[in-house]
Amino acid sequence: MDTFLQQIINGLTAGSVYAVVALGYTMVYGIIQLINFAHGEVVMIGAMVAFTVINALVPYGLPPLVIVLIGAGCAVPMCMLVGYGMERLAYRPLRHAPRLAPLITAIGVSIILQHLALLIWSRNVLAFPQIIPSRTYMIGGAAITTIQIAILAICFGLMAALAILIYRTPLGTAMRATAQNPQVAGLMGIDINRVIAATFVIGAGLGAVAGVLYGSYYGLAQYTMGSILGLKAFSAAVLGGIGNIPGAMLGGVLLGIVEALGAGYIGDFTDLCQYSWLAGSISDCEGGGHFVLFGSNYQDVFAFMVLILVLVFRPKGLLGEVVRERA
Amino acid sequence: MNTKLAFSLLAAALVAAGCSKETPQAKKDGGAAPQAAVEIKIGHVAPLTGGNAHLGKDNENGARLAIEEANTANIKIGGKTAKFTLVAEDDQEDPKVGATVAQKLVDAKVAGVVGHLNSGTSIPASPIYNQAGIPVISGSATNPKLTEQGFKNQFRDVGRDDQQGPAIATYIAGVRKPKLVAIVDDASAYGEGIANEVEKTLKSVKVQVLPREKGTNKTTDWKAVLTKLRGRNPDAVFYGGMTSTAAPLIKQGRELGMKAVFSFGDGACEGEMVKLAGEATEGMLCSQAGIPVEAASKKFLEAFKKRFNADPIIYAPFTYDAANLIIEAMKKADSADPAKYLPELQKIAFTGATGPIAFDDKGDRKDAEITIFAMKKGKLEPAAVYKGGKVVPYQEFMKTAAK
Repeated sequence: MDTFLQQIINGLTAGSVYAVVALGYTMVYGIIQLINFAHGEVVMIGAMVAFTVINALVPYGLPPLVIVLIGAGCAVPMCMLVGYGMERLAYRPLRHAPRLAPLITAIGVSIILQHLALLIWSRNVLAFPQIIPSRTYMIGGAAITTIQIAILAICFGLMAALAILIYRTPLGTAMRATAQNPQVAGLMGIDINRVIAATFVIGAGLGAVAGVLYGSYYGLAQYTMGSILGLKAFSAAVLGGIGNIPGAMLGGVLLGIVEALGAGYIGDFTDLCQYSWLAGSISDCEGGGHFVLFGSNYQDVFAFMVLILVLVFRPKGLLGEVVRERA
Repeated sequence: MNTKLAFSLLAAALVAAGCSKETPQAKKDGGAAPQAAVEIKIGHVAPLTGGNAHLGKDNENGARLAIEEANTANIKIGGKTAKFTLVAEDDQEDPKVGATVAQKLVDAKVAGVVGHLNSGTSIPASPIYNQAGIPVISGSATNPKLTEQGFKNQFRDVGRDDQQGPAIATYIAGVRKPKLVAIVDDASAYGEGIANEVEKTLKSVKVQVLPREKGTNKTTDWKAVLTKLRGRNPDAVFYGGMTSTAAPLIKQGRELGMKAVFSFGDGACEGEMVKLAGEATEGMLCSQAGIPVEAASKKFLEAFKKRFNADPIIYAPFTYDAANLIIEAMKKADSADPAKYLPELQKIAFTGATGPIAFDDKGDRKDAEITIFAMKKGKLEPAAVYKGGKVVPYQEFMKTAAK
């Protein structure tokens, strides 16, 4: 039982980070139907900027929490700038182009950002500074660390804040209006360009925070870290229903849990030696041996298996609405 | 695909930068020896991008040092002054890229190759070199399969996993006496190979082993696997994989409150582990094929430090020796033609930075030693040396070696 609880805690932590990153994908998709493949790279840049700032500040002997907050405080505006920059320079000129053009541009932006990071921060795996002393608490036999608690609190806090922003503020109303119909929203006096830029900036800001959290959690940062994280967050967004904000949150958390439970238990279920009708015919089983069909290395596969299953059986996602093609 | 293209462009740029650096020296040599020089290209392959790029660069530096020294020594081959150049390639630790790069080196008509760093890239590359008849010496690929393919041109001057696995397993079983051991690998040729050898040895001395757990060579989140293992409460964990995945593994294991001894093969036997995983690494065990870097010849260590302003990490002494072996065989055969100097390489007896080197029929180094390290206060200290089936404490080994 403590193993199960531990897997849930692990899954929740990873999942809440996926959720925050997935929001960046889903917000942009919701408003301009673009899958911004460069979003994972924004997350990476967030982690990298925080890495540099925190390392630079450590010698000054400030309290660790203050240093980390300054690090995140530098990463967020930096990523917002990157988010604004790519919208303004790469996507806005292509707003009315066929949908494939901005999609390919997004992949291009992703490669550019990744290689800029390679030039600035080198190709090595960097040790993300872990200056806040981490404590481990035991709940019912499961270990939870300070950083995990912080990740859960921050991620769910951010999701709540975003929900308020979208559903309770004038900017949020403008964003939802633009998502429904940009032309009509424009006729109603909404500055579409400003709203779309704001969407990118908010998504990038969330990505920056996710990057800092991810870096602190695993203690690693590397210029390639954005690609797999981005892919998983994208899967999470599709799982929840791309374009749907609560969907991205739900999708992220679910994906994290599915991954943790999948990797934790698939080996036990596919150990053919436990099935007595099979064990006799497998030589590895003799004397308490094991013959495991699928091991825990299939962990990353789960994210994509979920993606495929959703696309096959429920293409609009768990919370997605029926998408009507616009005239 | 685009990423790969960008990578290869970058690699090309790096190679170009490397070559331009060498030009002044080449001019200097030309001035001292006015007669016609013959250019001999020697390839080197290792990952220069990705998580283990630092190890790749270390290997490359070893080979580069050997070649630069050979150039200043004005070696004559076939009556002409030999001018050696290093063609350094990046295989990104990817088996497919490894084969592509091997073909590239064959097309560039290199006379010999030092590399690759990983077993996973060395094995798919080896038939390509074999077909072209180019001698290859790896200074770090330890998977037994590499030299079991019957290729006459394939060598390594480092130990094999089927020596390394038994070494660390014998040490753990003999010194730590665990009842239950968990084994994890990264599903690569190297990781799986060494993990299999550890498992075989442990089982042979009646230590119980849990069903194998696996990750990939990019896994950073090991919590699901470790949580599962924690439920079984093993006394020791062995992981077959490289530093970039081993560091998060040990760190997350400690975070989950696991008390087991963590042990690794040579892929994660370096100081970088402390940088990435911090205090969690205290007490970890690991093995390195060969002898500790600090036991390499003084002459090599000083020259390396002077040239690169850094200490070698793990395998630079071996790639240095590998490059020197190729050059030595060429000198003996008085030819840089692979077909002519290959027989010399097969029967060579050479004393390099890592001690006396000779090859057996398969191309493996005769009587290779394996060293077991333990992490003490953030430093990897040699604990024992494994040779010919026996574990000898390190102090004793150094004493007998000094004699």
